[in-house]
Amino acid sequence: MIRISIRKKLHLAGGKGELNIDAELSDFSFTALYGPSGAGKTTLLRIIAGLLQPEQGIIEVNGQTWLNTAKKINLPSQKRNIGFVFQDYALFPNMTVQENLLYALPPKAERSKIKSLLTTMGLQNLAQQKPELLSGGQKQRVALARALVRQPQILLLDEPLSALDNTNRIQLQNELQNIHQQHQLTTLLVSHHVPEIFKLAGWVIQIDAGQLIKTGTPNEVFGIHTHHEGIALTGEVVTLLLGNIEVLTAYGLISIKPSAQTVGLAIGDKVTIHAADLSLVKLS
Amino acid sequence: MDYQPLWLTLKLALATTGCLLLVGIPIAAGLAKNKSKFKPFLEAVISLPLVLPPSVLGFYLLLAFSPNNGLGKFLESAFNLRLVFSFPGLVISSVIYSLPFMVHPVQAGLEALPRSLREASQTLGKSSWQTFTQVLLPNIKPALLTGTILTFAHTLGEFGLVLMIGGNIPGVTKVASIAIYDEVESLNFSEAHRYAAILLVISFVILLTVYFTNKRLSKQKLPI
Repeated sequence: MIRISIRKKLHLAGGKGELNIDAELSDFSFTALYGPSGAGKTTLLRIIAGLLQPEQGIIEVNGQTWLNTAKKINLPSQKRNIGFVFQDYALFPNMTVQENLLYALPPKAERSKIKSLLTTMGLQNLAQQKPELLSGGQKQRVALARALVRQPQILLLDEPLSALDNTNRIQLQNELQNIHQQHQLTTLLVSHHVPEIFKLAGWVIQIDAGQLIKTGTPNEVFGIHTHHEGIALTGEVVTLLLGNIEVLTAYGLISIKPSAQTVGLAIGDKVTIHAADLSLVKLS
Repeated sequence: MDYQPLWLTLKLALATTGCLLLVGIPIAAGLAKNKSKFKPFLEAVISLPLVLPPSVLGFYLLLAFSPNNGLGKFLESAFNLRLVFSFPGLVISSVIYSLPFMVHPVQAGLEALPRSLREASQTLGKSSWQTFTQVLLPNIKPALLTGTILTFAHTLGEFGLVLMIGGNIPGVTKVASIAIYDEVESLNFSEAHRYAAILLVISFVILLTVYFTNKRLSKQKLPI
């Protein structure tokens, strides 16, 4: 069980704000941290990794305190058993793929671990290459493999798939799924890609402007839920045409006829579609 | 022709460069990491030798090293060390004089590295020292090379400072640039020509090496 309670001043797009998050991650869960750019997702990840210190906060991992500002406890990153995959991969340019992994190996650990990781990640043929010669997908695999060398308790992924094309993205999603299961990791993934979250995560923490908006299963956060006016479906406006408004939901694109209520909507707006907006036709 | 001034110049340049690698890299690393409000002050102090006439620096160092004053008196009584008109004195002054030539490229190189490299190393459980020596330094090789060679070349060309601190003692402080001045003063132009030509060629070859190597190592421009 990982318990997080954080207060930190933020510089948000719209001025100053505060990151104010209380959350719990159960062991071996795969949690997605979802929210718009600048919501504080990466900041939260960096605080968990010990790369940033909040003004106030508690982080407890399986009973061990990593951070407790009231008691002046703050374990350095080096002592937090984490695997961090950076958005820009952060591979060391002066080392080959294999050396990048070897660097991560703790002093007394078995070197054979590197070989098996290279093999399972499909990197054995690239072991002697320098990172600059690799493709985006390959770099991502190396970054993941390197993060796994230390057998972390928590795997922190900062939008690791955002720079990849669709084919690579799907392939790496599958690998992430396998890694999560094989290594029995607690994984926290920053993502703003709803289909990806549906595929990978069992739990979602949605934040916006530093505040916790909602937590729950992907279905509870993005799916159909009971609204005070009946059944509703949440989504995001992706196109605005004269005839139709297209909303991306967890169930695909849904076109809605404009009405008096939809005046003033912009692309990117979060909306709920109510059952009353959709017409029903009986199947013959 | 007396080759001693040339050897002495070479010895001074090597000693200065060696000392500056030891002193300049930690200073550059400290500055690259420093975010305090005193940083501009420190940067200005380190850059001073770039704009100050060497005679001004030489004058203050001469006062500081003089056995009649505080520091000089202390060094002489405690270590029996006299820095004025001596080779060690020249090395120390040269280190101060060439400090920006080592610190600037190395600091710029470190600052240009993505922050995530250092952080990735931290999250892999590595200490600051391991991160610095195994990740950061190996990735700023062009900057290190630039700093080393510019320091060396700059020390070859010193004149005013050497004259103030070292004077003109053959075999001890009479470096090539002083020898040229000396020969010209005694209207011995052909000797002056030889020293001057040798210094010119060496300096040009050194700079050519920097530019060629940097072009090969990376496409980045000299960070000065």
